[in-house]
Amino acid sequence: MKSLQQLINIHFKTFFREPAILFWAILFPIIMAWVLGIAFSNKAESLKTVFVTGNSLVPEQITGEKILGSGTGNVFRITFQRASETEAVNAIKRGVAAIYIEVKDDSLIYHFDPLNPDAQLTHLILEREMNGVKEGSAPSSVQELQTIGTRYIDFLIPGLIALGIMNSCIWGIGWTLIETRMKKLMRRMVATPMKKSVFFSSHVLTRIVLGGVETALLLLFSFFYFKTEITGGFVAFITVFLAGIFAFSGIAILIASRTAKTEVANGLVNAITLPMMILSGIFFNYHNFPDWAIPIIQALPLTVVADSLRSIFIEAAGLADVIKPVLILAATGLVTFAVGMKMFKWY
Amino acid sequence: MNKIPIIEIRDLSKSFKEIKAVDNLSLTIFEGEYVALLGPNGAGKTTLIEMIEGIQTPDTGSIRVLGMNWKEHKQQLHYVIGLSLQETKFIDKITTEETLNLFGSFYGLTKDKTEEILNLINLTEKRKAYTVNLSGGQRQRLAIGIALLNNPKILLLDEPTTGLDPGARREIWKILERLRQDFNTTMILTTHYMEEAEVLCERILIMDKGQFIAAGTLSELNAKHGQGDLIEITFGSEFDIDALRLPGIKRVNWILPHTKVQIFVNNVAEALPSVIEATKKGNVQITELTSRKVTLDDLFISMTGRHLTDS
Repeated sequence: MKSLQQLINIHFKTFFREPAILFWAILFPIIMAWVLGIAFSNKAESLKTVFVTGNSLVPEQITGEKILGSGTGNVFRITFQRASETEAVNAIKRGVAAIYIEVKDDSLIYHFDPLNPDAQLTHLILEREMNGVKEGSAPSSVQELQTIGTRYIDFLIPGLIALGIMNSCIWGIGWTLIETRMKKLMRRMVATPMKKSVFFSSHVLTRIVLGGVETALLLLFSFFYFKTEITGGFVAFITVFLAGIFAFSGIAILIASRTAKTEVANGLVNAITLPMMILSGIFFNYHNFPDWAIPIIQALPLTVVADSLRSIFIEAAGLADVIKPVLILAATGLVTFAVGMKMFKWY
Repeated sequence: MNKIPIIEIRDLSKSFKEIKAVDNLSLTIFEGEYVALLGPNGAGKTTLIEMIEGIQTPDTGSIRVLGMNWKEHKQQLHYVIGLSLQETKFIDKITTEETLNLFGSFYGLTKDKTEEILNLINLTEKRKAYTVNLSGGQRQRLAIGIALLNNPKILLLDEPTTGLDPGARREIWKILERLRQDFNTTMILTTHYMEEAEVLCERILIMDKGQFIAAGTLSELNAKHGQGDLIEITFGSEFDIDALRLPGIKRVNWILPHTKVQIFVNNVAEALPSVIEATKKGNVQITELTSRKVTLDDLFISMTGRHLTDS
């Protein structure tokens, strides 16, 4: 056990003695949260254009320029613009507008993509304002709405935590292993009575502690600065965190099982982390990808971690709700650990 | 004298793809012996020593260390062998002391042992220095320090002084000399420095292409292969001096065909006049002439056509 403690000790020291690592692991995610959080949520009021189509008489509330949502703390300045249906659809395609209203006889029909949070939000604001406008007449038709539009930062923080877990493990473990092999230090270590299980455990335990510190700092920052919170179970959160560390540690060991070249390592690590970073919906919803890709994306370990963290943060999920993703992560970890250790080259 | 065999190697072979790195070697090393494996890069020294270290597995043949073998007694052997690899690097931002503590923990040792080793390898002043800031010699001393943590009965050092300046090299020799005196350690050391083998080791094995091409104590090797002097001559024009069969010449080794030659003789004073006489008769100019005692390196070149330090 003394060697386990010594190894962990060494991993900590290598971490904290490298200012660059400190920056990328701890400060960078916080800065990213801050920049993106500011960029997407700190506007005094949102400017939006909503197109109005149809041949019937348009209610006064949806003409000209209106300030809506002042009661919600999220102020919208909305310009209503008469347009033909084709013009409105094109505007949505180009991202100029997220929603258009069709006035049909007595009722209003909202046209929008229910998976676009921006559109959802606009729709909600409009719905709220239009309530009771046409009393006694036919109600407006509403396309199905799955989640309420939340702030971008609420979406972002769980994703950043998931990304942090991945990077911490894959760069932290994978890179260290390859470097140790490259320096022939690994060869030197196996020529001692050091237990291999102790060697691997030391890496995973180090990542649990360092990943924990990174996550805690990011959480604290976003709690105090953006008032984000975990609406779901804390135990569930810890469980997903640990399962994530385990899965990515396994992947890291698999990546680092053979090579002793930093160029190869660099390529391998990027080949694994970059696609996940882009696809797994860390920064933007992955539902914008084509339908056939969604099941593949959802099977990626980073998506599994990010989605389950989001469900805990935003949708108040508890331990029972995340059992499935936790099991998937544990299985990923077990398989990659087993294969990685089998393939592992000590020198 | 009752010599206890420590390492017994029988009919050992190991190939990498088509190349026979170690070719049917047998060797017994006795307690307290310091043995040098001398040879150029690619001679098979490292492969041989790594098989003794248990890092490589032989294709055929057997290795017994203190009566044990790697298949059955891996853990015990780790405790009796101390080793340093060819150019190990350490974790950059970990200090000398911390590195020793880490490796000590693998053997279940306390920090007192680190102190002892720091003293032994003369790095007490560098205890707080990051390993990345150590000089080549200091880093090599640290590697030897790690090898000594477990008070090994057997020390296996792979080129411990390659690339070091003479001062740093001597410091390592001093440490190794002390070990022999104080602990009766058995050591195998690979090197391509003749001088290192001469200073440290009573037995020298010269290796080339996976085989021992000469073996013995330094004086034995000298008596057998290194007697006499060497004359190195560069001729102004082509001159086949060996065709003349001059008296007193043991062997001729052409460095450049027909123009630059090494002549091995019993005694330079006796042989040189006839050589000069012959060039005069043949009307050949001597553009350069040097003469010195034969060394093992000369011997090595004449046997293999390569320098010990060639890569």
